[in-house]
Amino acid sequence: MLSFFTIFNLMNKLSKFAKISIFIVIGLLVCLWFFPMWRIDLAAPQYPEGIYMNIWIDHLTGDVDIINGLNHYIGMATIHEEQFKEFIYLPIAMASFCGLGLLVLLWNRKTGYYIWTSIFLLIAAVSMYDFWKWEYDYGHNLSPEAPIKVPGMAYQPPLIGYKKMLNFEALSQPDIGGWCFILAATLMVVVSVYELRRRRRIEGLKD
Amino acid sequence: MQPALFYAAYEGFARCCFSLENHRRSLKDKFVRKHDINQFFYLPRSFSRFLPWQTFTPIITPPIIQKQLIMRKSSLLLLSLGALISVQGCKMKTSESAAAGDAASKVYVAPGKYDEFYNFVSGGFNGQVAVYGLPSGRLLKIIPVFSQHPENGWGYSEETKPMLTTSHGFIPWDDQHHLALSQTNGEHDGRWIFANANNTPRVARIDLNTFKTSQIIELPNSGGNHSSPFLTENSEYVIAGTRFSIPVGDAEAPINDESFKKDFKSTVSFIGINQENGDMNVAFQVILPGMDLDLSRAGKGPSHGWFFFSTYNTEQATHLLEVNASKNDKDFIVAINWKKAEEYIKSGQGLKMPTEFYKNTWDESSHTAKSEIIKEVLTLDPTVLKDFVYLIPCPKSPHGCDVDPSGQYIVGSGKLAALIPVFSFQKFTDAISGKNFEGEYHGIPVVKYDAVLHGEVQKPGLGPLHTEFDDKGFAYTSFFLSSEIVKWRISDLQVVDRVPTYYSIGHLMVPGGDTKKPYGKYVMAYNKITKDRYLPTGPELAQSAQLYSIDGDKMQLLLDFPTVGEPHYAQAILASKIKDKSVKVYDIFKNKHPYVSMGEGKTKVERNGKEVHVWMSAIRSHLTPDIIEGVKVGDEVYFHVTNLEQDWDIPHGFAIKHADNAELLIMPGETVTLKFVPKKAGVYPYYCTDFCSALHQEMQGYMRVSPAGSNVPLRWGVDSTKGAAGVALR
Repeated sequence: MLSFFTIFNLMNKLSKFAKISIFIVIGLLVCLWFFPMWRIDLAAPQYPEGIYMNIWIDHLTGDVDIINGLNHYIGMATIHEEQFKEFIYLPIAMASFCGLGLLVLLWNRKTGYYIWTSIFLLIAAVSMYDFWKWEYDYGHNLSPEAPIKVPGMAYQPPLIGYKKMLNFEALSQPDIGGWCFILAATLMVVVSVYELRRRRRIEGLKD
Repeated sequence: MQPALFYAAYEGFARCCFSLENHRRSLKDKFVRKHDINQFFYLPRSFSRFLPWQTFTPIITPPIIQKQLIMRKSSLLLLSLGALISVQGCKMKTSESAAAGDAASKVYVAPGKYDEFYNFVSGGFNGQVAVYGLPSGRLLKIIPVFSQHPENGWGYSEETKPMLTTSHGFIPWDDQHHLALSQTNGEHDGRWIFANANNTPRVARIDLNTFKTSQIIELPNSGGNHSSPFLTENSEYVIAGTRFSIPVGDAEAPINDESFKKDFKSTVSFIGINQENGDMNVAFQVILPGMDLDLSRAGKGPSHGWFFFSTYNTEQATHLLEVNASKNDKDFIVAINWKKAEEYIKSGQGLKMPTEFYKNTWDESSHTAKSEIIKEVLTLDPTVLKDFVYLIPCPKSPHGCDVDPSGQYIVGSGKLAALIPVFSFQKFTDAISGKNFEGEYHGIPVVKYDAVLHGEVQKPGLGPLHTEFDDKGFAYTSFFLSSEIVKWRISDLQVVDRVPTYYSIGHLMVPGGDTKKPYGKYVMAYNKITKDRYLPTGPELAQSAQLYSIDGDKMQLLLDFPTVGEPHYAQAILASKIKDKSVKVYDIFKNKHPYVSMGEGKTKVERNGKEVHVWMSAIRSHLTPDIIEGVKVGDEVYFHVTNLEQDWDIPHGFAIKHADNAELLIMPGETVTLKFVPKKAGVYPYYCTDFCSALHQEMQGYMRVSPAGSNVPLRWGVDSTKGAAGVALR
């Protein structure tokens, strides 16, 4: 006969898998400082070699200047790193999140893991919304002074996937960092589900 | 999974997506190509095989063939995943669609055989005119026109210097944009080709017997002669319209919007052509409100008697035109009734305006150019003299303004517009007689757009620039942004075919495509960007030309070759209309050059103060004299070299050490002069620069230069008893 305390402990303590997963998640998130999160490729008849922009956790790389130069014809705003508060918030959020993971490990409670996962999903959702919102503004807020105005035309880049805009084709997709992020989220969800199921099994045992 | 592998997988996927799109392009005949800019979303259905996010973009159902294509591609993708770890070398190629099938045989001109067409191509920033053969694309000649050409002494020899002289002195360079072959009854007649200078406004006439520039006329009251040198159907006039408005009479003025509206004018010069000898004179000049005249075409057939000009900057901005001249929804096509203008001139209503401009004419008998200064120009003001200038509204800064072979339709290409308006000449004249005007622009009536519109070509592509025509009722329009040629039917304005160009086409040309009787057969694309098309040559790359067959329903790419200079417009004429009258040698007995040496016995050296004149002859394989003494530092030495040959393709050259200009190329029977001012004492070798004969290397001489003030007597070597001396004159 298992004591209630033991059962409760079994119910609420983190499994071995969950503990390992915390390290893996932190490892994956550290990759964000070493690999770009997102990649937007552009191709046009005049750019057979293609041009691209990489979005990192705290900066941009790629052909940003060329993109800015081209976009002025249709009145799009220029892209500058300073405009993105995200480049300050996101590293802080991610670093804090990693720290939180260590606390969850110390606390060693499933509840902590669930909360941790929920926070991550929230950050992910907010980030994607924020990205989409930026793209929307970037594609729609066109200068009334633009030399080329195509009625009804907006130039919002795709959040993910392929799109043709005038003579340009755009392909937007996660880059290595982005995949690490997605993998981290997937892992956390899978582990959370696993922990929930295990808890149910243990609860079944109690009866 | 390793991040690198992930990366590789996604790189691969990305590339695949692009290559799918490219395949869609290259196989476009089998697909519906979407050009609906309001519905440009495009995602192949099969993306959903890989993507969970298929709902992001509306899906246009692609044909079944694409599915198969993608299946093939996807298996390829999987196979290549491993290799893709090193994908950095992979390229997203969009332009590999090569010339297909029997293209090579269609452009192959066997060694020793002639091309079917002469293709005259503007040199743009090299200032010259290039001559290619079509369909081979072989470069036959560069005709020097507005720029000095050291390889044959154009603009360096004393005889040619006046050709490049203007009211602002000697100008050694220009920007050559457009060409026009002379016409009779709206067809090429093979007499002359006209060329414009865009920077210092001038028009040149090139003789097609000698392929030599025979006249250059400067234009008063002009700033940037861009809408030039287009011709009326019987070469009555060659046109010159100013791109930059400037104050007339070369007046100074402040540069601001108020001053522009008040003082800046655009002008159109009608340059009359003497039908006998081609002599050009500014017959009259129409002074228009300030705006930028871009391109122009004469009417033909029913519209003969009219000239049409595209315009931009009807906003009358003086700066940041990129933005400020792109504001109006519609600019204009200016229509000028020059027959009516002639009547005004005849009845003495033109206004003589004092000015100064140069007319430089090449005299073939003296092989020398002469400059003439003209002091006045006859002007017509359409705000005073009514009913000979009208404006047709045309969307978004039209560039090309092209008249179809029947002369009934005028095509305006708004370079920022999403459609191509086609105007009807009949409706235009009806609108005028019915006074169907929507208002006035600075005193000039503007006809109603809808009243003169034949129709609009809907969603043809992006960035329409120019239109040429074939002999079967089709028009071909170049699109800079979408980098393609679009073929459409004039009668119902339907797009029937499109083909990519590599990359960013500017002008295009159908042989005879601007005449009443186009030859058809080919369309040429003249492209601005070549990037990855040829072996790289550092940052500065060649421009290119592409030849497409238009014999069938579908345009077919046949040939792609780099060009010299920067081609803008070009012309092509059946070789048979020119080749048999091409001059082979100049008759030495008709040489009226003041310093000609009619035989080696006539060669001599004479001093006239500081000037030393050398009468020199060249014949295989010696220069006479080949020893010159008695020249002093500070002397101006003039070498007048006469080529005594009367044999086809035996030019001689002349160069002397440390001459600070260029060499001379002297054609058989011609006399050319090189000026040399020696700066230091010494012995100066000179020699023939054109490999003329087996003993070409021996064709050399020495000139002794003594210090200033020395008393070395003039001495020169003439020995006509040796060699082949004077043979040509016997």
